[in-house]
Amino acid sequence: MIAWTIYISFLGMAVLMCLPRENARAARWVAMAAALGGLVLSIGGFLAHKPGAEITTVAKLPWIPSLGIEYHLASDGISIVLVLLTGLAAVTGILFSWNIEHRAKEFFAFYLALIGGVYGVFLSFDLFLLFVFYEIAIVPKYFLIAIWGSTRREYGAMKLALYSFVGSAMVLIGLIAAFTVAGGKTMNLIELAKFPFPASFQNWAFPLVFVGFAILAGLWPFHTWAPTGHVAAPTAASMLLAGVVMKLGAYGALRVAMTLFPLGLAAWRHEIALLAVIGIVYGATVALVQRDFKFVIGYSSVSHMGFVLLGMMTLSQIGLSGAVLQMFSHGIIAGLLFAVVGRMVYDRAHTRELSELQVMNLSKALPFASVTFVIASVASMGLPGFSGFVAELQVLIGAWQTFPALAILAGCGIIIGVAYTLRVILKAFFAEADTPPVEPGHPLDPITTPERIGAVLLIGTTLLVGLYPRILLDLIVPSLETPLMQTMWKGGAQ
Amino acid sequence: MTGDYFALLRLLAPEAIVALTALIVLGVDLMRGGRQTLPSRMSAAAWITVIGCALSFFCPAPTGAGLALASGVFTSNPLIQLAKQIILLLTAATAVISISGRFTNHAGEYFSLLLFSTLGMLFLVSADNLLIVFLALELTSLCLYVLTAFDKRSVASAEAALKYFLFGGVSAAFLLFGFSLIYGVTGEIQLTAIAGSLQQSNGQDSLIMVALVMVVIGFGFKVAIAPFHLWAPDAYQGAPTPCAAFIASGSKVASFFILARLAFAALAPSAGNGEWARFTPGWMPVLALCAALSMILGNVAAIAQSSVKRLLAYSAIAHAGYMILGVIAGGYAGKPAQAITPLLFYVSTYALTTLATFGVVMVVESDQGNDRLESFGGLRSRSPLLALCMLIFLLSLAGIPPLAGFFGKFYLFTAILGAAPNDLGLLWLVIIAIAASAVSFYYYLQILKQIYVVDSPAGSSNLKVPVTVTTMAVLSAVAILLLGCVPNILIDRFEAAVRLAGF
Repeated sequence: MIAWTIYISFLGMAVLMCLPRENARAARWVAMAAALGGLVLSIGGFLAHKPGAEITTVAKLPWIPSLGIEYHLASDGISIVLVLLTGLAAVTGILFSWNIEHRAKEFFAFYLALIGGVYGVFLSFDLFLLFVFYEIAIVPKYFLIAIWGSTRREYGAMKLALYSFVGSAMVLIGLIAAFTVAGGKTMNLIELAKFPFPASFQNWAFPLVFVGFAILAGLWPFHTWAPTGHVAAPTAASMLLAGVVMKLGAYGALRVAMTLFPLGLAAWRHEIALLAVIGIVYGATVALVQRDFKFVIGYSSVSHMGFVLLGMMTLSQIGLSGAVLQMFSHGIIAGLLFAVVGRMVYDRAHTRELSELQVMNLSKALPFASVTFVIASVASMGLPGFSGFVAELQVLIGAWQTFPALAILAGCGIIIGVAYTLRVILKAFFAEADTPPVEPGHPLDPITTPERIGAVLLIGTTLLVGLYPRILLDLIVPSLETPLMQTMWKGGAQ
Repeated sequence: MTGDYFALLRLLAPEAIVALTALIVLGVDLMRGGRQTLPSRMSAAAWITVIGCALSFFCPAPTGAGLALASGVFTSNPLIQLAKQIILLLTAATAVISISGRFTNHAGEYFSLLLFSTLGMLFLVSADNLLIVFLALELTSLCLYVLTAFDKRSVASAEAALKYFLFGGVSAAFLLFGFSLIYGVTGEIQLTAIAGSLQQSNGQDSLIMVALVMVVIGFGFKVAIAPFHLWAPDAYQGAPTPCAAFIASGSKVASFFILARLAFAALAPSAGNGEWARFTPGWMPVLALCAALSMILGNVAAIAQSSVKRLLAYSAIAHAGYMILGVIAGGYAGKPAQAITPLLFYVSTYALTTLATFGVVMVVESDQGNDRLESFGGLRSRSPLLALCMLIFLLSLAGIPPLAGFFGKFYLFTAILGAAPNDLGLLWLVIIAIAASAVSFYYYLQILKQIYVVDSPAGSSNLKVPVTVTTMAVLSAVAILLLGCVPNILIDRFEAAVRLAGF
């Protein structure tokens, strides 16, 4: 069933391509139907999933027998959680792009291609298949940003595409090498994870594959595509970028690099944990001094993704489950933040400069936007009651047990996070009006219904997970014990 | 087999049909051409060409492991048969896109030269003897030189042809010199006999090394690998577009097929070693260096191009580098059968893709008057279908799944790494190849950016696309998508043919 999330997205893309030109309304509804279908299927998969340490095979067919490549889709708790996130991000992304009129058909076609690729990555248990979906997700991003984006869109799009492609080239080298060393018989992730790769091989293959994936997760110092890409992207694309695409990187790093090369992981985890913490602190500090509203959110994404990577490096159950929860939580919260900045504010005020927003008195002009943003920011700061708190707390506890010094630094990152969030709330929405507020040259359009629905959906999710985290943790925690993850625990924990 | 003309005819039937078609095309155009307009002459000649290729394509294949004529002057086996079919397919496709070309008044001569060069390629793939290899290669090349010069009104075409001819002539001299040295050392000209003779001397004769370098130089010119690639950008840019397409597709398939056969069947004992830090003399290290150089130079130089045909020429140089990897992979003992399938898969899907790309370029070029990047601006609003096809072609060339180009690369890279699996000695080539293909993504995106992101210049109308080109482009795009998603349909045929041929 859950495999249909992939097919329905590509089906939607195919239908869109056949639509007559420039019928934005029809295009929107087709895209919405496909995304909603995906969401319903993923919720179905979520409800049907029985927590446990098994990997449920969804489809397993021989694909290219001469290389031992199979069409192998399967799911465990981690992939179910991320599929659910994708479904939510896809639907809300369309809600927040309801106003796209320019080349709407193509916009949603690229959008659904990206979504289909993301679903595919989360459900693939054959390395070749996973890589195929991973690359399918790269190309649409370029076009989404380059065609429909804003500030320096062609530069941002090309930078993002090249970073992604360099990352996937690194991954590909590692995968082909691993495939060959293991005898060239199978691409099955579970089978390959059982193969004892020599330590000397793992020592170079692990950083290659891990960093290749982690480039997309915004690992410092390879994060520079993220702020420019997020800023250049249209709202829906930045929601997807921060919401799910960065998770692709983290997921790949966890699922492939860490399970295949546990000895390499043990050798490199301190270095990578250090990079993750630098990312947390650096992202937060840089966000503190940005003038562009969207850059603040862009850098905050780098900072929050640092927690995911740090959590993975702790190699403890609490840290890892925190990392996965943080992937989900950040996907929802960053999506919401980008929706407010890109759609609610920028599409109306036509500026993102904090100094210009400061004089517009947006809390009066756009009360819904300011309330949404305040909720999203307190969730992002890690206030108890929201999903970010549970996730980052778990990561910090895990990190405290393994790398106490780094945990303290990461904690400082959270404090800086509070600072930049408060600063941006104040500047953008609640500026102290020394001078009487300057009316924008034109009245701001009221917030539309699709935007309200989208915002409520995302806020509701982060609250639900924040108040009752077990709804996801019950799926995630047992999945850390699947046969696939066993080698990682055995090889790396000591 | 003396006197058995029937057997001879049966074995040579595909070649005979192509030769006859070439004469018929010439004759028909000569007799009827005067009364008709150029477009109808072009299409008449083109369709005769297509019919001839189709007849030759469906000509019943000789069964069994293989047949040889006149002590191995000419052989045929299922694998060779398959290679011939691919070449015929590419010729037919070239003929179809040529219909709308307006670069010549000599319809009959153009298509008959196209067919004669195809004939040369067919002989080339079934050659089993150094002399025939050389003769067939020259037949092909001479026709291609003339085809390059076919646009008499264009100075660039003449210049390109002269460059191509001069470089080609020198390369022929190198090749012949290399072949005569091989004959001098081994006393044989038949491919497997050469291997037998080399085996006795362990393949490490110093004269043989000189000969190998000569042969690599000769073939290096023909397939345009660095540092013997200098003619390619000019020839691709100056030649009439369908001819450039044919040089990039058909002649690549034939040259790589015979290069692989020569390397695996005749020169295997002198392969040497191309693994990093373990180089020993032979053709393998030489080819490995050429491949590395081609991949780097081709991809980096392509970035700076503003002419799309020139860009495709540099991309062809880079792709030739990837293909050489397949030849190297087959050089390891006992591995040719595993390397030939990836190599052929890559070469044939590349040939199809690049041919179709040139078809689209031709349409844009005839509309805009040049092939600069900006001419492609806003193609998606001027012809959405062609733009979509171009998206598929270029992404396939860049190696993006789920297209044929990606699987071809993946298959080739696993083959070369698997050739020396113990300590991944050939990993250095794979790293260069994958890194270079990451670079290539940039310049393919430059074209796609023009097509999809940039708006069409004000006042431009819809593009008039000849229906033949549209059909060709759509069929190729579907084939590329299909071969990327279910590569088995082609791989299985190759593997079956390789088994039957007893490679």
